[in-house]
Amino acid sequence: MSAQTDPADLPGVTKEQEPSPAAARVPGRRGGTGGTGGARSARGSSEGKTLNVFSHGVLVIWGLLVTMPLLWAVVSSFKDDTEIFGSPWGLPSVLHFDNWSRAWDKANMGQYFLNSLIVVGGSLIGTMLLGAMAAYVLARFDFPGNRFLYFLFVGGMGFPVILALVPLFFVMKNMALLDTYHGLILVYIAYSLPFTVFFLSGFFKTLPTSVAEAALIDGASHTRTFFQVMLPMAKPGLISVGIFNFLGQWNQYLLPTVLNVGDPDKKMLTQGLVALAVSQGYKGDWSGLFAGLTIAMLPVLAAYIIFQRQVVAGLTAGALK
Amino acid sequence: MKHGKYRFIAGFLVLPLAIYAIFVISPFVQAIYYSFTDWTGLSPDMKMVGFDNYARLFKDDVFWSAVGNSVTLLLLLPVVTLSLGIFFAFMLNVGGRRRKKAVIGGVRGSGTYKILYFFPQVLSVPIVALLFQFAYNPESGALNAFFQAIGLGNVQPDWLGDPQIALWCVMAAMVWANVGFYVVLFSAGMSSIPKDFYEAALLDGANRFNTFFRITLPLLWDTVQTGWIYMGILALDVSAFAFVQIMSVGPGGPDYSTEVLPLYVYQKTFRDGQAGYATAIGVSLLIVTLVFSAIVMRLGRRERLEF
Repeated sequence: MSAQTDPADLPGVTKEQEPSPAAARVPGRRGGTGGTGGARSARGSSEGKTLNVFSHGVLVIWGLLVTMPLLWAVVSSFKDDTEIFGSPWGLPSVLHFDNWSRAWDKANMGQYFLNSLIVVGGSLIGTMLLGAMAAYVLARFDFPGNRFLYFLFVGGMGFPVILALVPLFFVMKNMALLDTYHGLILVYIAYSLPFTVFFLSGFFKTLPTSVAEAALIDGASHTRTFFQVMLPMAKPGLISVGIFNFLGQWNQYLLPTVLNVGDPDKKMLTQGLVALAVSQGYKGDWSGLFAGLTIAMLPVLAAYIIFQRQVVAGLTAGALK
Repeated sequence: MKHGKYRFIAGFLVLPLAIYAIFVISPFVQAIYYSFTDWTGLSPDMKMVGFDNYARLFKDDVFWSAVGNSVTLLLLLPVVTLSLGIFFAFMLNVGGRRRKKAVIGGVRGSGTYKILYFFPQVLSVPIVALLFQFAYNPESGALNAFFQAIGLGNVQPDWLGDPQIALWCVMAAMVWANVGFYVVLFSAGMSSIPKDFYEAALLDGANRFNTFFRITLPLLWDTVQTGWIYMGILALDVSAFAFVQIMSVGPGGPDYSTEVLPLYVYQKTFRDGQAGYATAIGVSLLIVTLVFSAIVMRLGRRERLEF
């Protein structure tokens, strides 16, 4: 498994490995050479058939196990409470769209959604820009302390975040950053930097030096070379790590749970969902809760289906490096 | 030119480094210092107590059940998740009918399977945890309703409320959420193994079982090892915290049967106001993490084959 220079080309992720449709359509034409070859082939074919049935069997079962809970949540979000309790597996008799509007307005899911958009938007831009800058310098310039700084950044990947949280809470408190959008943005950026720097510096190393040198000879400054030449060249890497960071930051739960507890209207979506589960549990509004869950779930799933290739490549790129 | 270069380097590094140092490095360093104090976390007063916090750990039963549960997760979660991931990936890649010239082939629709399996990976932990919490609900949850429907009405486990099985219930949700990622990851690895290897093995009379253990697994070993470390960190840190905190009764209950180290750190700090003691628990968590990574690296050291 050599390093993938272009994660969008990951084999097997983007391509089917069916040989060719023509070959697949002529199952009878095999092993005509007679002798041992034919015998082996016949045994192989029956073995292949059993295996095929077996593998489709287990694959379908897991497919159902994965999709059923999600479908069940969506279906439940249209039921009323009696139906949810009375017949958990049945279909709703009437589509209760009011669950959705109640969750969106009254349970603040709309506001939480917006909060997540603001914070993740800000932190994603910041992470990509600062991460790329640091990675570029660390990957392509020789200066004293380069290795030390690189390992300082990359080392952050292996530490348990929970250990840093207690002091982090007080660092934020002293800087008056608790319960603010910009405070959370800064923390998200900081905790995304280790992987971003690790991944992008690997990526910048693979880019040819000649292009950057040509730009410098033509009189471009280092800064200009970075923004106008190197950054565009690094686009595949930026997209991969961008998707990775987007999902990580959008789904972040631990950091806001600790650092964002003052103002109930400033909750992130993940936090808001859990708060909703706790409060609706007491109020008994289960249908509203399912609607909230579906509101949180569907946009990400839709985005995933649309950008499926890029998402998979982005998330797996780091593990294959 | 030279001067310009250093100014450029400094200019590009100062902001990322400052943010990283303030919000990541300094809290880590402080945490280790606080673990030697009796800090409550509420007031600025604290005094050094040496190794008292660590000594206290040895007599703390909840800490030991958290260690036990964390280690259980650490050992079982990667095994179960990665095995299922490899199993499904192998089925996807070799389970197909034998076709002309192709010694082994993927099943039809393997792309669709991969898309479906990956679904849970893009959802946030709270969504998955809440989904499973509903499913486990003993009175009206989908699972017990399902048992009722298939005639097992008298089997109505308490799921998350039963200390015997609560941790397994949480673990099932974590496995469910992560298998898809490894199916896709291992699939990518498997399809990059040259087909000639399989052809040669089949000519030598190997069956698929043999080819899996003699070819696929060894050539996939690097990826498996990376996956192992990912899952281990997941089992010890953020993910375990979120799953247990959201799903379990208490949280951490019933009867501390689902208490895990990261959750205990959180509770000691923000619920009990014992930040100094909590950071000592955090340091022990760090040690478990480091030992785990070292062992995996050590055990995983194999000769690397380039192809």
